[in-house]
Amino acid sequence: MSSSPKSLSSSGPKFGEETPGWVPASAPAQPLICYRGVNKSFGSKVVLQDIDLDVYAGETLVILGRSGSGKTVMTSMLVGLNQPDSGSITVGGQEIREFQSDSDWRDLRLQTGYLFQGSALYDSMRVGENVAFPMVQHTHWSQEEIARRVHEKLAQVGLAETEAMEPSELSGGMLRRAALARSLALDPQIIIYDEPTAGLDPITGDEIGNLISRLQKTLQVTSIVVTHDLRLTALVADRLTLLYQGRMVFLGTYEEFLRSSHPEVRRFLHEPPEEKPE
Amino acid sequence: MQDTFFYRAGHRVMAFIDYMGNLTLFFLEACRSLSHPPWFIREVIAQMYHLGVKSFPLVAVASFAVGLVLAMQGIQVLKLFGAANYIATSVCFTFVRGLGPLLAGIMLASRGGSGIGAELGSMRVTNQIDALTVSAVNPMKYLVVTRILACMLILPLLTVGANIIGILGGMLIGVFQLGMTPTYYYTLTIKYLTLRDVLPGVGKTAVFGMIVGAVGAFHGFNTEHGTFGVGQATKTAVVAAILLILISDVFLTKITLLLWP
Repeated sequence: MSSSPKSLSSSGPKFGEETPGWVPASAPAQPLICYRGVNKSFGSKVVLQDIDLDVYAGETLVILGRSGSGKTVMTSMLVGLNQPDSGSITVGGQEIREFQSDSDWRDLRLQTGYLFQGSALYDSMRVGENVAFPMVQHTHWSQEEIARRVHEKLAQVGLAETEAMEPSELSGGMLRRAALARSLALDPQIIIYDEPTAGLDPITGDEIGNLISRLQKTLQVTSIVVTHDLRLTALVADRLTLLYQGRMVFLGTYEEFLRSSHPEVRRFLHEPPEEKPE
Repeated sequence: MQDTFFYRAGHRVMAFIDYMGNLTLFFLEACRSLSHPPWFIREVIAQMYHLGVKSFPLVAVASFAVGLVLAMQGIQVLKLFGAANYIATSVCFTFVRGLGPLLAGIMLASRGGSGIGAELGSMRVTNQIDALTVSAVNPMKYLVVTRILACMLILPLLTVGANIIGILGGMLIGVFQLGMTPTYYYTLTIKYLTLRDVLPGVGKTAVFGMIVGAVGAFHGFNTEHGTFGVGQATKTAVVAAILLILISDVFLTKITLLLWP
């Protein structure tokens, strides 16, 4: 028996259907993901303020900002790791604030790949088992079918020979790629990358950036990349937004970003956050 | 005011009540998640192997050593009454009714409880638990319920093993110190033993197992503050599990004595 996770039904672009590709913000198209007036605080610390953002099917949107600007919180809301205090978030036409239980979240989570900053591969499993895990849990594919798909996913990220290796045997860049292969396991339609190049040297960071671009072209997914890395942004972004102290202070293309006169944009461009490579 | 004995004592009591409340809510949440599939039976079996089978050598060594000491000390006392041969019955009853379950529970808490706390704690601080959530796998079910069930199922078996090995330890002393034959020692061991002695002792270890699994998972699952937090979670899981086993043993022993005097 062969079955894959079912798609969500919604108005606007739907999961599992042909998507029209990246649509500029000015075009009269239904966005796949909509944030409307989203606010979030942790205690007295305000993390996100009045976020309005549309993400279109097939585009790569980069959320840029310094540490603590609320980037990760913004994307983690899409998979239910955080809940907004107020405002609305719709994905594929479904209001996710209405989701109450795990079963409500199930379909959206199965359609979303999430690459964590630290990779978050399961230590107790080998690399191949990590990639196979979502397939084992959510499909009725045979062992042979799963093995074939695991090999295919690992080959997609250039790690075909690492199936039998332990996560602890991989380098930082390889860990990210292995985690990405796991995120791709169920052929998601949205991929969220949380700081995919953090802690990597510039060359390995570029490799990851090129991989994200290549996957975007071949899989036609909708990607959201959370980063503070301008090199990566230049490499992958169709559009980008800059978060500053929980507010969106810029939204546009990379070229528009470079030309922007907004003081925070200028500051970010001239004093980009520094990070030591691993 | 804050330096007074009563203030500090009250603060500790409130903290304990708060802790027990949170632990109970965590356990109830785990029970609630059992109401619908999947139940991850394979993971339960894998955990029974990791937590139980791998703990058996530790339980065996501890039980054997305690059996030896118990017999050596017991003989000294029984000699005063001219009943040294009854060391076989004494060791057997001590192990089966109280010491075996307690020893196995404490050993499982030391090895298994700390393992659960450390594993789940490091999974928490490295986002592996969040990775399960975004993979649409309920971590409460996959990580917590499976470990609680594994502890509840494996501890009674470990206890039976602890009882047998402890009695063998006593037999060694009986044979070499008192010159009893193994057959005679065995006869005296089982002469007064009934299922009413064995079953309550083994049965209450399911509760001990539940405590080990739930406490270890609770501390691991709620780990904060990075790797420092993992160490804290591991330490607290072991201490809390052992204390709760000892406290619950008082009540369980009283209940079993009332039900099966």
